[in-house]
Amino acid sequence: MSQPAMRPPIESGCPDGFQYMHPVMRRNFGMWRYHTHPRPGVLLHVSDTGEGIWTVKAGTQRILDVFTLRKLCDIGDEFADGYVRFTIRSNIEYMVDAEEKVEPLINALEEAGFIVGGTRNSVSMISHTQGWLHCDIPGTDASGVVKAMMDELIDEFRTCNMPNRVHITTSCCQINCGGQGDIAINVQHTKPPKINHDLVANVCERPSVVARCPVAAIRPALVNGKPSLEVDEKKCICCGACYPPCPPMQINDAEHTKFAIWVGGNHSNARGKPTFQKLVASGIPNNPPRWPEATSIVKRILKVYQEDGQDWERINDWIERIGWPAFFEKTGLPFTRYHIENWRGARNTLNASTHIRF
Amino acid sequence: MANPHHPTPMLDELENGPWPSFISGIKRLRDDHPDERIQNVTNDLLGQLEHSYETRKGYWKGGTVSVFGYGSGIIPRFSEVSKAFPESREFHTVRVQPPAGNFYTTESLRQLTDSWEKHGSGLITFHGQTGNAMFIGVNSTNTQAFFDEINEYGWDLGGAGPCVRTGMSCVGAARCEQSCTNEQRAHRTLLNRFTDDVHRPSLPYKFKFKVSGCPNDCVNAIERSDFAVIGTWRDDIKIDQAEVKNFVAEYGRDKVHLDVINRCPSKCMTLNEDNTLHIENSNCVRCMHCINVMTKALSPGDDQGVTILVGGKRTLKIGDLMGTVIVPFMKLETEEDYQSMVELAENIIDFWAENGLEHERCGEMIERIGLVNFLEGMGLAADPNMVTHPRQSSYIRLDEYDEAAEDYLRQKMEQKQAAAG
Repeated sequence: MSQPAMRPPIESGCPDGFQYMHPVMRRNFGMWRYHTHPRPGVLLHVSDTGEGIWTVKAGTQRILDVFTLRKLCDIGDEFADGYVRFTIRSNIEYMVDAEEKVEPLINALEEAGFIVGGTRNSVSMISHTQGWLHCDIPGTDASGVVKAMMDELIDEFRTCNMPNRVHITTSCCQINCGGQGDIAINVQHTKPPKINHDLVANVCERPSVVARCPVAAIRPALVNGKPSLEVDEKKCICCGACYPPCPPMQINDAEHTKFAIWVGGNHSNARGKPTFQKLVASGIPNNPPRWPEATSIVKRILKVYQEDGQDWERINDWIERIGWPAFFEKTGLPFTRYHIENWRGARNTLNASTHIRF
Repeated sequence: MANPHHPTPMLDELENGPWPSFISGIKRLRDDHPDERIQNVTNDLLGQLEHSYETRKGYWKGGTVSVFGYGSGIIPRFSEVSKAFPESREFHTVRVQPPAGNFYTTESLRQLTDSWEKHGSGLITFHGQTGNAMFIGVNSTNTQAFFDEINEYGWDLGGAGPCVRTGMSCVGAARCEQSCTNEQRAHRTLLNRFTDDVHRPSLPYKFKFKVSGCPNDCVNAIERSDFAVIGTWRDDIKIDQAEVKNFVAEYGRDKVHLDVINRCPSKCMTLNEDNTLHIENSNCVRCMHCINVMTKALSPGDDQGVTILVGGKRTLKIGDLMGTVIVPFMKLETEEDYQSMVELAENIIDFWAENGLEHERCGEMIERIGLVNFLEGMGLAADPNMVTHPRQSSYIRLDEYDEAAEDYLRQKMEQKQAAAG
């Protein structure tokens, strides 16, 4: 019996980006001189050659169906020059070579239901992970959280009324994909995994699972005569790291999987060095389909930042200026013993000075 | 005949509100797509998703699916509730590598869309958090057919699992005056040197390259990549004093002090009496803030290159780590320059493949063995730019301190002589 011949792959790797660039961008590659921000959602870049390119940025639902994607392409063909790119926050950007193309393009996008904005000191699209739609370990549905939240933050996306840009991220588990953000809405598990001992021996490579635990709380054990794993629940930090390599160690729970909110993550080197986000709120219910509790805390933080932050301060810059006690005071969020670090380097996060604001 | 629709009362709530709704999009596929296969797949997908919303649990499990010749690039998903939702029983994601900067023509998007519609669910995301174009929802049989089709016209799979992952780069020199390097070339040279390691997972864990054209680091390279390439410059910031005066005229001296001068982290700027700007360049840390504010007046210098940081990663297992400076400055102009960057990446990946534990990221290995051992493995000399400050603890044996000090001074002298020509 002969097998059908399989087609060997062409290992072309990462494609050449120049073939997809607007000709103005190709011609002026590396020769740009300055940019301006004519209005929210629009950037103008001007080159040493005198040529300019206008960018119109729009938010979408990120999980695109072919109808939506074709609509975006139709708009690109009719009102732009047929060239697009996507930002790392999944916004689409159209580039055009003449100012008079900007207004009709914006109108076409808005008429089709896309949201123009997300530039400079706006709240940009929330960058998010897969969630219940496709992930194998999610505690929530990022797409749904983001849709519900962007419904309420849409005006902040469309305008530029924040002290500086705000990048929000979400993560559907504690360990994986979501990035650092000015505000991060992340799943936080609050109970140890529930183990289905009947399945562990067949499904899990036990030494790998033991090695995966950040606090060495997992050990091999015989349970009901079967080789399995057990968790020292006093040591367990409920991170869920054991769940991907061992699905019988179910970490997700309808009630005990919660949300936590973190602030002050900033990837840029502008002003201070890049910073990690810090925990400010937890115990927030994972409440589909619209997660109102999480949204209300995010809005509260944004409101205080908007009122209190100075121009160009990112959330981390603002908090560094006013101090953490003032942050908790102004936002009304409780500060608890759980906010005090006990992980590696914890000592460096303690205040070893008399620098205290009264 | 299409199957009867699953009721989705909770998901329907996500069709309300002004932001575009992904649920409405999936429903359009279910209701309006001419292909019955897509109607049924998306109907059952919505059914399973509604079930997740009701029970607050996910119901996908992984598995092993790949295309002929590769060991990665497909994220396998099998439904745990396929009895109730059989049409989306197999719902794999195909990860496709985009070009650096995520550029597309509408023509190329349409071509991909047409292929995807033939074989997959009709759902696509640009892009996942690693940086891949994500074609979400295809069964095991159609995975190969879809890949074969798009591979013929120039697209290849990205990484998944313990391998070199798809890279990410900012828009860069294609549209940004702040770019200090050719992101397209850096990204593609690095990634395509490791194509084999992208397609065939055989490393301790994932390894990510990201390229940002300037220290604004728009792709989060320092926080989120094992090998971060960040454009920078080492000569003076370029000042257009006429534009400085225009800026001061528009915003006033006080505002310039508040927004620019006082926000400089190394306090290297002065606004002169005549509304021109003085920058003490030897003390500038290339943070980009003043350039971000005064886009017409200020721009990066001409002697450009990159800083390379190694070891950034997200939480699992030991906590979040930023990358650490390994190469403070490196020119990226000639073929040899790019080759030396590739060699550095090769050395790092080889050393980590040799010394990293299973599921240990490169940064975690450096944390475990210490930066000094890593530098020795790379043949790199210690440099004060690699640390925030020198050691604070006296608990160290200094057996060969004198030799190390001599080496440092000799290297310094050689660098000076080389600079003098």
